[in-house]
Amino acid sequence: MTELGFLKKENLVEFLKELATKSVVYVPVADDDVVAFKLFQENSTICLDRPANIPPKTVIFPQYETLLTFTFSKKEEQPDKIDVKIQEKMDFKDTVIFAARPCDAKGFTVYDRVYKDSDIPDPYYVGRREKTVIIGFSCPNVSPGCFCTAVGSTPSDKEGSDILMTEVSGGFVLEPVTEKGKAVIQSKFIEDGSKYLEEAQKKQEDVKNKVKNPFKKAGKPQISQEKFNDDSFWELALSKCLSCGACTFLCPTCYCFNITDENKIWEAERLRSWDACMFPHFTLEASGHNPRPTKFHRFKNRVGHKFLYYPEKYNGVLACCGCGRCIRYCPVSVDISKVVDELSDTNSENKTLTSNGGEA
Amino acid sequence: MKNPYLPELATITKIIEETPNIKSFQVVFNDHEKMKTFKFEPGQVGQLSVFGVGESTFVINSPPTRMEYLQFSVMKVGEVTTALHELHEGDQIGVRAPLGNWFPYEEMKGKNILFIGGGIGLAPLRTLILFMLDNRKDYEDITIIYGARTPPDLCYKDDLKEWESRPDVNLILTVDNEYPGWDKRTGFVPTVLNEVAPKPDNTIAITCGPPIMIKFVLQNLVKLNFKDDQIITTLEKRMKCGIGICGRCNIGSKYVCKDGPVFSLAQLKDLPPDL
Repeated sequence: MTELGFLKKENLVEFLKELATKSVVYVPVADDDVVAFKLFQENSTICLDRPANIPPKTVIFPQYETLLTFTFSKKEEQPDKIDVKIQEKMDFKDTVIFAARPCDAKGFTVYDRVYKDSDIPDPYYVGRREKTVIIGFSCPNVSPGCFCTAVGSTPSDKEGSDILMTEVSGGFVLEPVTEKGKAVIQSKFIEDGSKYLEEAQKKQEDVKNKVKNPFKKAGKPQISQEKFNDDSFWELALSKCLSCGACTFLCPTCYCFNITDENKIWEAERLRSWDACMFPHFTLEASGHNPRPTKFHRFKNRVGHKFLYYPEKYNGVLACCGCGRCIRYCPVSVDISKVVDELSDTNSENKTLTSNGGEA
Repeated sequence: MKNPYLPELATITKIIEETPNIKSFQVVFNDHEKMKTFKFEPGQVGQLSVFGVGESTFVINSPPTRMEYLQFSVMKVGEVTTALHELHEGDQIGVRAPLGNWFPYEEMKGKNILFIGGGIGLAPLRTLILFMLDNRKDYEDITIIYGARTPPDLCYKDDLKEWESRPDVNLILTVDNEYPGWDKRTGFVPTVLNEVAPKPDNTIAITCGPPIMIKFVLQNLVKLNFKDDQIITTLEKRMKCGIGICGRCNIGSKYVCKDGPVFSLAQLKDLPPDL
């Protein structure tokens, strides 16, 4: 699929307006200091020069959603019996995520293995995912804390995107990645972009070379089991962690959730909401027993999940896209890339990373 | 696509007060066809819904050989279990089942079976005990070591009476301390296990109880020369989704709700010690 399109900068808003006639369109909007994906409006202050503070996972995996509704009723002749009617809440609209950074688009592929391609797929996730087109946006620059190239990705990685957009002089080159993406650029605002190919590739290469690798050794970080299981390592690395959970909420691959009921007398809702493995209550059992009682246990699980447990289940693929948000926004500057580097086995050879974050 | 979060409506047909804080609920699906075709294996669990309060995970402790109803035993400890305790016969609940893996009962055929349970930890063992008693000829000696804090805290008192009277079951009961009218053993389950000192030859040990009991039972079984693959336990964790997604019941890469709850000690040794 190499039919490149080109969108003139001055046509951007018109193109989005056109998309918005058919789909719900989310764009990165700057609101004071915070960039987040919001519903596109004609006067939206679209921000492309820095990555959103909050990844667009909110669009497909909302912060909270209703899974089921329960309606209760009583019959006069049976005053002691309450009947229950259960309804599924599934109403998914055609959606476009515009200008997701490649790390964020790739984050959805980490979700996909768990929520979509599993033996028990999650119909709420799949419903939204299949109705969503992701327009990825090659990073025009590198932000502090970014380390995508160290985890097998690049600032112009196509994995997870339906179209990859790269900024060139005067506009954007649009490269369709999937059939879904190809359909979206069938627009009167999209011209032939083949003559911009070289410029786009050069730009992608330039940005890629600017990404810093925080790891001492090249290749896929091989975590030493001995260090990983050493409690004193975690106590030292994590002494300042506040257990605030910001790292998990801002992570494009963190997908843990809670299910709770909200009761309103004659009806109730079963809600799913984001949850975080960094919170003490996450694993606390009613008996008072907690299998992960301290922040050290919890952070160890988080790092373990991204760099050991997830790869063990999915052919070595890491559950980290190197977006750097957990490093940029941690209030006490806990740096996962440093922790992983310190955990790395210095004696063994690193395996070569493949483009999907797996090993060769 | 099937919605794994959608519970099946069921009616509570009987409630049994097992102990001062444990009740057993016998439930049948409202859809009679579903009840007839429902299949599960001993050791599998289900999520019970109290609508408007929430869901919690319990083992199906009636065996698949007795399908008139599904039985779940609930200790009153948290929000959902308290709400369950307030329900009456005839009330509606939701059931998502079966979830998780099960006891490898095929591989246990022709072997001596040693059950070691504490408190409500007898629930998953009960499923397998009844299943094995319904297929008695497939198994050799069946020994059950079961303990609770006090005699009133022992679950399934009718079953215990029956097992005690059966010549083909060796039942050993214990309570933590002396108690008026109690003439059987006293002492914690791991200690009683040491006193009984069962032989590991051709034997599979299956244990469930509070985490601290499981920990010492596992240690003592190893001291009694049981090999890691001769020891099986079934774990409990806080669970929400029940399908290995939501992230709270994992031990390393394994999810207790989906890859478990049944694990051999050999399998557990490969995982981080997050019990």
